Amino acid sequence: MIQVTINGAPVSVKPETTILQAARQAGITIPTLCFLEKNDPLGACRVCMVEVEGAKTLMAACATPCADKMVIHTNTRRVRQARKQVVELLLSEHDGNCQLCDRSEDCELRNLAADLGVRDITYQGAKAAPLMDTSTPALTRDNSKCIKCRRCVTVCSSVQGIGALFPQGRGFSTVIGPAFTRKLDGVACVQCGQCAAVCPVGAISEHSAIEDVWRMLDDKTKTVVVQTAPAIRAALGEAFGLPPGTRVTGKMVSALRQLGFHAVFDTNFTADLTILEEGTELLTRLKTALVEEKKVALPMFTSCSPGWIKFAEYYYPQFLPNLSTCKSPQQMFGALAKTYYAKKIDRKPEEMVVVSVMPCTAKKFESQRPEMNASGVRDVDYVLTTRELARMIREAGIDFNALPDGEMDSPLGLSSGAADIFANTGGVMEAALRTAYEIVTGRELPVDNLHVKAIEGLEGVKEAALTIKGTVPEWSFLEGVELRVAVSHGLGNTRRLLERIKNGEATYHFVEVMTCPGGCIGGGGQPRFTDDSVRLKRIAGIYAEDEGKKLRKSHQNQQVLDLYAQFLGTPLGHTSHELLHTHYTERKTD
Amino acid sequence: MSDTTGNCCCGNCSLTEAQIIEELEPMLQEYASKPGGVIPALQIAQTRLGYLPEEVIKRIAHLFGKPYSEVAGVVTFYSFFSTVPRGTYLIRVCLGTACYVRGGNELLQALKHKLGIDVGETTADRLFSLGVGRCFGACGMAPVLMVNDDLHQRVKATKVGEILESYRAQAATQAEKEAVKA
Repeated sequence: MIQVTINGAPVSVKPETTILQAARQAGITIPTLCFLEKNDPLGACRVCMVEVEGAKTLMAACATPCADKMVIHTNTRRVRQARKQVVELLLSEHDGNCQLCDRSEDCELRNLAADLGVRDITYQGAKAAPLMDTSTPALTRDNSKCIKCRRCVTVCSSVQGIGALFPQGRGFSTVIGPAFTRKLDGVACVQCGQCAAVCPVGAISEHSAIEDVWRMLDDKTKTVVVQTAPAIRAALGEAFGLPPGTRVTGKMVSALRQLGFHAVFDTNFTADLTILEEGTELLTRLKTALVEEKKVALPMFTSCSPGWIKFAEYYYPQFLPNLSTCKSPQQMFGALAKTYYAKKIDRKPEEMVVVSVMPCTAKKFESQRPEMNASGVRDVDYVLTTRELARMIREAGIDFNALPDGEMDSPLGLSSGAADIFANTGGVMEAALRTAYEIVTGRELPVDNLHVKAIEGLEGVKEAALTIKGTVPEWSFLEGVELRVAVSHGLGNTRRLLERIKNGEATYHFVEVMTCPGGCIGGGGQPRFTDDSVRLKRIAGIYAEDEGKKLRKSHQNQQVLDLYAQFLGTPLGHTSHELLHTHYTERKTD
Repeated sequence: MSDTTGNCCCGNCSLTEAQIIEELEPMLQEYASKPGGVIPALQIAQTRLGYLPEEVIKRIAHLFGKPYSEVAGVVTFYSFFSTVPRGTYLIRVCLGTACYVRGGNELLQALKHKLGIDVGETTADRLFSLGVGRCFGACGMAPVLMVNDDLHQRVKATKVGEILESYRAQAATQAEKEAVKA
């Protein structure tokens, strides 16, 4: 251990701890606008300056490792002035129309300027060029607000392994963006929005659908229904001052009703449906491989996460036959809302408007894919992120925290705990195992409280194996089979896993992939800022939601069973095939 | 990509751009295995082609296993690299501190005026391209400009016309020689 002194107090840290980490360990705040945990420090923003006794200049705390007997001061006149000056310089280039910026409520630069007591910008000069990129359905980028901290560059290349963004040019005229400042729709971007999730300012945000949704809610000729993804109920509260992981399902339902939606439904419902379709698909593939001994694409990959789908289409087209043909729960919902539900309320698909609330920006892209019109019109019309819903709730003047708990509407509102856990890494797999094991053996998944511990948590790639014993006659060909599964989250981790599978170093039957670190609870559309401590709290909230339900297995969801009895027939049947399944397209990269 | 000839640095061979790119491949591959090889690879490609076409930058990114955005970031960071075809003569005006205070910017303005092009552009006859440099290490002779590898020292804005004429003459002589050979 290394002994350092920070602000007069002794702190004992492990070797290679940076000053920033040591200070955090000691409960001392050092501001930073560029640091991202678990990634190499960049030292780009210069607001984490501290004074180290014996050093000539101030040091960047994020990039300076502690040395034994180092004496560090984080609160001296020199430090405060330096930080203030850096923030003033950043502000001097920054488009500072805070009152018009959608980031104003939680902008890190604005908050830091307030914390440091910046009251005047001494430096006047040219502002960053107002280059706007609204080329994708998912994201908008505004160079005039960019402070060149490069968090987006780090997350896109190091965490997601894509590298769509990099500084172009040099000096004052540097622009962070795709090659030669092209627009995002011209490059292999999966639109996951992790760049927006880490942006400290309003330079990268979702492409907003708020105005469109208000317009639809005002249109008396339309029936506007809303679906809510599992991950938002453990995060939406953060936008109203509640701690991460606070479960606000009931308040969210009440808020959506007050906003004027005709019916408030749950994407969880189609998550349960996904388990039945995808589980059946997996068992069918296994049957083809083991009984008919025919060649079939295994492992099967989950297909709920649209960023992952686009990633596979760009970078791993050889695995496209391995992707489950199931649409994501969002798209299944859209297709059913405009057919099954529309028929029930005697409306035509074109009179229906389906709005989604998603923790995700890639869902905006997914809803606009040309093949997503199984109902004859676009199945999902508008996608709001969790952040956008929070803005609408504020705009409507709703006192969110004072709302009573509401209940989801029927017939697309009931869901199991298995659907809740779609929100986090490992959840889809656990939900699938809860159902598949029971279908095959007639018995409950033999794990404590239905949780498959090996695939929970924030480890990048997780694995589990389960030997199937005591099968019912129909599935006897699976007797004694060791079912091997893997779970990855974050596309960088996924790339490593895919390479191992490609090279024959690992074999699985079923693999869950979620685009964002932590799964949907860490999605690009969630309240900012998301780090691992926030991810873990949201995951805990989601598991609590699951455990709080009597119904914890998808195949026991009565509304889903009714749907099959009244409308769909059987999983993978003709209607399912028409409405709930899809195909994928190879895409060219640079 | 254009199928123009005579882009090679030697100025007198008639390989097409595509042929040059094909010839470059083994050299680029060799650099791909070396750490820090991106910049030398770009330099070689630019020396042979006179500029860096998109196709070549993408090829280098692919060979080095780096995102296209990152290699493009390197290309746009260094003023030495150009993504537009360059003229036979690349004029680079030094705007380093010493040259700047001794009239470097006036030289640049005069050249822009005479050539009718801006920095980073090439004349319609593809004879001259204009660029700026940040110190060629000849501060004692400021202001300086370079035309390809020739250094011109203590240049006056009024004299840039003469310099241009001398290269036009050189190019004409070269063309005549070529014609005779043919």
